[in-house]
Amino acid sequence: MTINEIQEEIVEEFSAFDEWMDKYSYLIEIGNDLEGFKDEWRLEQNLIEGCQSKVWVHAELDNDKIIYSADSDAIITKGIIALLIRVLSGRTPDEILNTELSFVEEIGLKDHLSPTRSNGLLSMMKQMRLYAVAFKAKMGQ
Amino acid sequence: MNINIEQIRKDFPILQEKVHGKPLVYFDNAATTHKPQVVIDAVSEVYQKYNSNIHRGVHHLSNVCTQAHENARIKVQQFINATHSHEIIFTRGTTESINLLASSFSDTFLKEGDEVLVSQLEHHSNIVPWQLLEKRKGIKLRYIPINERGELILDNIDELINSRTKLVSIAHISNALGTINPIKEIIEIAHSKDIPVLIDGAQSVQHLEVDVQELDCDFYVFSGHKLYAPTGIGVLYGKEAWLNIMEPYQGGGEMIKTVSFEGTTFNELPFKFEAGTPDFSGSVGLGAAIDYVLSIGLDNIAQYEHELLEYATEKLSAIPNIRFFGTAKEKTSVISFLIGDIHPFDMGTMLDKMGIAVRTGHHCAQPLMQYYNIPGTIRASFAIYNTKEEIDQLVNGIERVAQLFG
Repeated sequence: MTINEIQEEIVEEFSAFDEWMDKYSYLIEIGNDLEGFKDEWRLEQNLIEGCQSKVWVHAELDNDKIIYSADSDAIITKGIIALLIRVLSGRTPDEILNTELSFVEEIGLKDHLSPTRSNGLLSMMKQMRLYAVAFKAKMGQ
Repeated sequence: MNINIEQIRKDFPILQEKVHGKPLVYFDNAATTHKPQVVIDAVSEVYQKYNSNIHRGVHHLSNVCTQAHENARIKVQQFINATHSHEIIFTRGTTESINLLASSFSDTFLKEGDEVLVSQLEHHSNIVPWQLLEKRKGIKLRYIPINERGELILDNIDELINSRTKLVSIAHISNALGTINPIKEIIEIAHSKDIPVLIDGAQSVQHLEVDVQELDCDFYVFSGHKLYAPTGIGVLYGKEAWLNIMEPYQGGGEMIKTVSFEGTTFNELPFKFEAGTPDFSGSVGLGAAIDYVLSIGLDNIAQYEHELLEYATEKLSAIPNIRFFGTAKEKTSVISFLIGDIHPFDMGTMLDKMGIAVRTGHHCAQPLMQYYNIPGTIRASFAIYNTKEEIDQLVNGIERVAQLFG
């Protein structure tokens, strides 16, 4: 599946929720299920300190693909992180840099990624892109 | 009790607003309060009828505007029972008032090795200005510790207020916990050693009667926007004797008497500390807010808000796994809590979806959060327009979220 197909898949999944409560229940569920962030990555340099919640991001290269791992102390934030990882992880830097993350707005979570929300998510997305830029440069060498 | 909550709620147009399609339940009053129509009207009247730059104007509008601004100063003076109206300095808010003082007081009275004493439950705005002076002037910031209930521990106060102490700066009421601090006692102890005291009243003037002469504090600061007044206007009260011997804060128009390139002489109080065009629409709004609060009566407000606090405490106590932070004997209508392991951000986000506004996080009091070893709390803070029905909605909302988190 392409990145955009995955985005469409997520939009499709969310369209099943009539109530905001169902949507957030789902975010809580996938937030709780998000695993794989190793303790050794829980470092100051990987920490994005939002005023409200903390986010840790780690990225590494697997051949030409970037594998993202992330975590948060707040579950709703973690649920949104799980979606971002589902879309972006395991992709090449070019795929990541050429993608418009349209699904966030389409499923009604744009608020959570606005600069006025101090939950660390916006900085996390910027950080994910920066990793893509850095890995691309490294691969080009 | 002599108040009509239904009528009071009608005075605040914003309470008719819907949030996410639900009626607004606003419990973030310790951050800022809403504005009654009379305040909105007073501000709008300034611009519709007599807007003009104040002081030194010979024309009619300037005189009317000056009069309105200076009347507001007298209202503030009477509101906190200051001896003179020129002891009332208008600022942008509590934060600016403290920064003004930190700057002007330190110019003359603080040198390396001197100490300023605060407490462990201060808002950052009564910590950071002094920390800047630690860097700039080599002073030392010390603090009065608290106990588990969120009350100041005064056991070592004689050591904490010592010969190196040059200023004591304490919150009247904790913004994060609602604790009412024993400021009268602290002022007496400090004064017995000839040390001046600044009281941060940001969380007080809207809840209880403040009499600066009776307290005998040297400085008292507060914001308008937490007192049903517009944002951007605040107050620094200082005893005349102190204000007279302090250096000005900012330079500019208004605060001078004569200016030449050989030197400048400064204006008298209060203008010496009010450089530039002041926020005269804000001061007029503040005056209207004070009139509004007095028309309800601070005794009535205190009594009603205490009822809300007791009701909420009782109802919230029934929720499994709730932990309260700040259980002081003397407190105002602020409740800080956590439910089990639910992150405050998650709780706040879900409550918002139900139309309920609470504050979550560290409440600009990180040293206090460090004491409790928590990332933050959920804080519900009540004002005169809140009701028990709204508290029931909060409790229901929390229970729904708690179920979701299992």
